[in-house]
Amino acid sequence: MRKVLIVGATSTIAEQAARHFAAAGDALFLTGRNEERLAAITDDLQVRGAPTVAARVMDADDLSAHAAMIDAAKAALGGLDTVLVAYGTLPDQAACAADPAAAVAAWHTNAVSVIALLTDIANRFERQGSGTIAAISSVAGDRGRASNYVYGSAKAGLNAFMDGLRHRLFAAGVQVVTIRPGMVDTPMTADFDKGPLFASPEKVGADIHKAIEKGTAVCYTPGFWRLIMTIITALPRAIFHRTGL
Amino acid sequence: MSASNYASWGRYPDSRPADVRRLAARPTALPAADTSMLAYGNGRSYGDSCLNNDGLLIDMGGLDRFIAFDAATGILECEAGVLLADILELVVPQGWFLPVTPGTQFVSVGGAIANDVHGKNHHVAGTFGRHVRSLGLLRSDGTALTCSPNDNADWFAATVGGLGLTGLVTRATIALKRIEGPYMDVDTLRFSNLDAFFDISAASDADYEYTVAWVDCTARGNKLGRGWFMRANHKPALGQQPDPRRRGGPTFPFVTPVSMINGATLRPLNTLYFHRKRKPRSRDTQHFQPYFYPLDGIRHWNRAYGPNGFLQYQCVVPHADARAAIAELLERIAAAGAGSFLSVLKVFGNVESPGLMSFPRPGVTLALDFPNRGPETFALLDRLDEVVQAAGGAVYPAKDARMSSTAFKQYFPATERFKAFVDPAFSSDFWRRVTGEDS
Repeated sequence: MRKVLIVGATSTIAEQAARHFAAAGDALFLTGRNEERLAAITDDLQVRGAPTVAARVMDADDLSAHAAMIDAAKAALGGLDTVLVAYGTLPDQAACAADPAAAVAAWHTNAVSVIALLTDIANRFERQGSGTIAAISSVAGDRGRASNYVYGSAKAGLNAFMDGLRHRLFAAGVQVVTIRPGMVDTPMTADFDKGPLFASPEKVGADIHKAIEKGTAVCYTPGFWRLIMTIITALPRAIFHRTGL
Repeated sequence: MSASNYASWGRYPDSRPADVRRLAARPTALPAADTSMLAYGNGRSYGDSCLNNDGLLIDMGGLDRFIAFDAATGILECEAGVLLADILELVVPQGWFLPVTPGTQFVSVGGAIANDVHGKNHHVAGTFGRHVRSLGLLRSDGTALTCSPNDNADWFAATVGGLGLTGLVTRATIALKRIEGPYMDVDTLRFSNLDAFFDISAASDADYEYTVAWVDCTARGNKLGRGWFMRANHKPALGQQPDPRRRGGPTFPFVTPVSMINGATLRPLNTLYFHRKRKPRSRDTQHFQPYFYPLDGIRHWNRAYGPNGFLQYQCVVPHADARAAIAELLERIAAAGAGSFLSVLKVFGNVESPGLMSFPRPGVTLALDFPNRGPETFALLDRLDEVVQAAGGAVYPAKDARMSSTAFKQYFPATERFKAFVDPAFSSDFWRRVTGEDS
């Protein structure tokens, strides 16, 4: 039985992943900003088989709240061995390009606060000599593109941070799992026209659970995104700059 | 999101909502809208009862959470967008089953209530609504009602079978049924005509929980109404056996340019199916999945009917004239060379339906698909309605896209009483059609 902390548990993708943990009989500690939605998800995960589900309201942007939240999760679950960081925002690229404060805010949520959280978790897991740390990044982090480079660069920072963390924690036996979803049909992308590349949150949630179970270092979900991003990152600038990506 | 994602299962009629709002959490108030609104569950209604052209559709797919389940009593509470498939996945391993299930598990709980669906056990269990202990109803006047057979009983009776028109059903509590395992004891008998069907059905109701028959809708004369009778009971536990995968089946990949079910294929398909087994009777053990949901194994099978979609017709005729009326219906269908190979006959029981507008009532029910061939198909369905109206029967709104308002009022005599419970902010293509109101 895993003892799982999910930060940003009210996200659609996180909820789908959590259902797999619940069905496997894992204990869960959830955080999110909306108390009512946390309560509804708590009830659901209990019905689906999680022996313990506890929840705490927290805004992950508030770095000073992290340590107490992790302590509370450990106390509620009697320890901690798996963390999934699932929150994030998809900022409006045009607003971020126009306003430095918007760009920095997007970085604070998608990179800075995650790095703060993962640093605290990493130190604890390194001391206990075990555990799995997973965070949802994005294929957008593989190459900066005009359409979403502020979001993409924050995820790129997170990717490099997690690569280094994985390297550091290898000796301690701690797994670090970077999840890179492509486009997913969730409230975050509600305003997008959905093409054939959009995946369901059910599929992505199942892939996340599998990646954590296996300790996959970098998980593209759905898997075809690894090929797409390999091509996009390999495009020579002379061609890349003429695309509308 | 493009409106074409919100079609009905028959892929007819073409209808486009002006707006779609997908709910992510249990609402405490209805969305604001300048147009009428309607909940859209999983789009398994066949006709236009789940559509709201130029109006707002409230996508319930995100309300898919369980609220509580007591594995000792089998009482389950969940949000209205939960699919029956999700319930089965959760409860079957714990020894529980749906009290009533329609022929697909991909319907939402809200949809099952709104259409007061029935199944092969109607003669013993009645409709789905009979097993609903309570439901949450959100009205456009801001009230949130908890309705049950005892509390707000008039609202409960209007909402069960109420086609989603009394407000937004947000959650429900259902009493499940005990089972010992996932397998079924199935007894399959060939019958050579309609009289034989009625004899077998009468002899089966007492000993079999589930009864249904497939009929060859192309057979005429002394073979009229021939088919296979399938009767079954849940099997006592037989230890661990592998479960067939539920969601892993093939997907019908595209809409075929013409209907695969047409004049050239209809008779051979039916004749082959009638002669599929040499022995006139067989007993076997089947997993509940293929037994209850044979078509769920092929995703999007509705695409096989081609770009014009199809119309389903399900009617019930009272016992008194049932033999003659069913014979006349089958004769008119066979004479027209219409129908499909998905023709189903079942005798309903006398268990009273709980909804003002529930379709099931004592009698015999016949259901068939018709590829949409335009005016000739609609004319045939009108000729079937003549038979049903003369017999004092009814046609099932969940499967209808064309019945007249006159026919509807005759089939559903409680319509005038029901109107008092219709939420003024709610409407559907079906409702506007059968009440003759504009949107």
